[in-house]
Amino acid sequence: MTIPKILPRAGRRRGAKVVDANERSIISASDWRRRGTRGTFTVLNGVLLLVLVVFGLGPILWLAKSAITPTQDTLQSPMALFPHGVDWGIIVTAWTEVHIDVQFVNTIWVALGSWIVQIIVATTAGYALSVLKPRYAGILNGLVLATLFVPAVVLLVPLYLVIIHPPLIQTSLINTFWAVWLPAGANAFNILLVKRFFDNLPREVFEAARTEGAGPFRLFWSIVLPMSRPILGVISVFAIIAAYKDYLWPLLVLRDPSVQPLSVRLPTLQKAIELDVYLAALAIATIIPIVFFLVFQRAFLKSAGLGGAIKG
Amino acid sequence: MTTVETPPIIDLAAASAAASPQRVIVQRTRKRNFGTWVRGGGVSNLVFLLPMLVIFGAFSWYPIVQALVMSFQKTNLVTPAIFVGWDNFARVLHDPNLYVAIQNTGYFALLALIFGYPVPLVAAVLMSEVRRGKGLFSALAYLPVVVPPVVAVLLWKFFYDGRPEGVFNTILGWVGIPPQPWIQNAIEAMPSLVLEATWAAAGGTVIIYLAALTSVPPELYDAAEVDGASIWQKIWHVTLPQLRGVLIITLILQIIGTSQVFLEPFLFTGGGPANATITILLLIYRYAFQNSLGGNYGAATALSVMLALFLAALSLIYFQLTKRWSS
Repeated sequence: MTIPKILPRAGRRRGAKVVDANERSIISASDWRRRGTRGTFTVLNGVLLLVLVVFGLGPILWLAKSAITPTQDTLQSPMALFPHGVDWGIIVTAWTEVHIDVQFVNTIWVALGSWIVQIIVATTAGYALSVLKPRYAGILNGLVLATLFVPAVVLLVPLYLVIIHPPLIQTSLINTFWAVWLPAGANAFNILLVKRFFDNLPREVFEAARTEGAGPFRLFWSIVLPMSRPILGVISVFAIIAAYKDYLWPLLVLRDPSVQPLSVRLPTLQKAIELDVYLAALAIATIIPIVFFLVFQRAFLKSAGLGGAIKG
Repeated sequence: MTTVETPPIIDLAAASAAASPQRVIVQRTRKRNFGTWVRGGGVSNLVFLLPMLVIFGAFSWYPIVQALVMSFQKTNLVTPAIFVGWDNFARVLHDPNLYVAIQNTGYFALLALIFGYPVPLVAAVLMSEVRRGKGLFSALAYLPVVVPPVVAVLLWKFFYDGRPEGVFNTILGWVGIPPQPWIQNAIEAMPSLVLEATWAAAGGTVIIYLAALTSVPPELYDAAEVDGASIWQKIWHVTLPQLRGVLIITLILQIIGTSQVFLEPFLFTGGGPANATITILLLIYRYAFQNSLGGNYGAATALSVMLALFLAALSLIYFQLTKRWSS
């Protein structure tokens, strides 16, 4: 139920919203016509909106305000709006002197690399397990699914030791982005989603392509990948959000501040810098995900509907 | 008669074939495998599987096996590991901090249920009835989820400033409530952590419930209305029973999530004051990584394995339920 199937859709586009004549909710049209009901729900809606604005938007607006308010004002009267004016220089200090710019770029690298590794592993594995289907596919599929039952906690220490002494290559991956990128690829949920999606692609297309002489690589690159945009979108959102949010793992393997992403660096900055600059740094760290969310709102909320399933 | 007259060499071949049919078949299939493996796409199969085999092998399958092995070993990464039987488990089970951590984690999970379980449900039911600007409502509800968790914790840590001039204490002052010590106090620390965690996570659950609410068959409401059901009765007798599946799933997922809580106690309080917020994961972290002389990896993995068994049992229930309900 929380792992719904994302089915390939034929040409339904954003604008073409299907109007369902049956679409209705708890309150019926006749309920709505009653004045008491309508009044109550209008008030309830208003209260709900107020609560959502205060709790959803409030803390973020406060952070934005404090990023340009001098330390003493924030300490003395945190809820006052600019009692001694605005100081844009705080953000400049955070960016140039505290070098939040380094962490900002690192964060983007971490997210980008994790995303690429996850896409490569999920698409190739999904293709092999769903379309090519070698005889041993069932066993591999079982081995992948079994890892869904193993919580990340168990892996913490042994995975850390793998990063210190990786097999085959004899150099430690500590303090390199690879230490975050590569383990991110071992995501069974991605493979599950992609495999299910590929399972639902029409087989006739593959057969047609094969009779036209397309080999497995051509089939993958020119037929399967272009058809799998919806599922790649979902996985991309998951991958980038997860990389941006992750804290404990990068904290363990990225000890050197010059490679740390924002999430790891920010807690250590707290004691080292002025409060106003620190709050500005927090605000800078929040900007990218908020902008991403506002731009790709639909994709975010759609994946959030599936989101429950990956927390396990 | 004719068989006797046939040349002996053919007889021999036939006899040997009859005597050991398996051998012939084995030879045949091996030959066919070898010949057709490449032509049948064996190489390209392997090429496509390679990324998964390498990544899962090194970063998932091997560490999982290693976790089981290490929980019975004494390792310090310098001298070779020694098998010590159940010593690590015994050591963890004799650590008085373990019981504090279990109690705290349970307390966190319980408070998270009390604070965080009904709120998204009520919000989602109300939001599903919004006639105009539904998108705005869900965007506002989801906004805290978008804030990076570390930033959220650090921001709330400042909100929880215990001085009368602190952010929350200022707001409490407006309604005449005296300043609270928040995270500096052993009694208030845990509820403060849960409050932030609920703020950070509720939006995601709201969206899951909203999706589930749209899948309630409208005929059920129509039928209820024919029977003269009021709005409350419709919520109680139609909506909630229809959401039962999702509600149980989010309940299990929340328990799985809160059993592994780390970020909040680690960044807010570091487990204090007086171990009032030390959790199981924080204890694992302390075993493995907080000792400068080298971690007690054996104890850390032993505790991880015990926690994992508990969580795996929960995930098993979860998968059984999703399997039954997804159709």
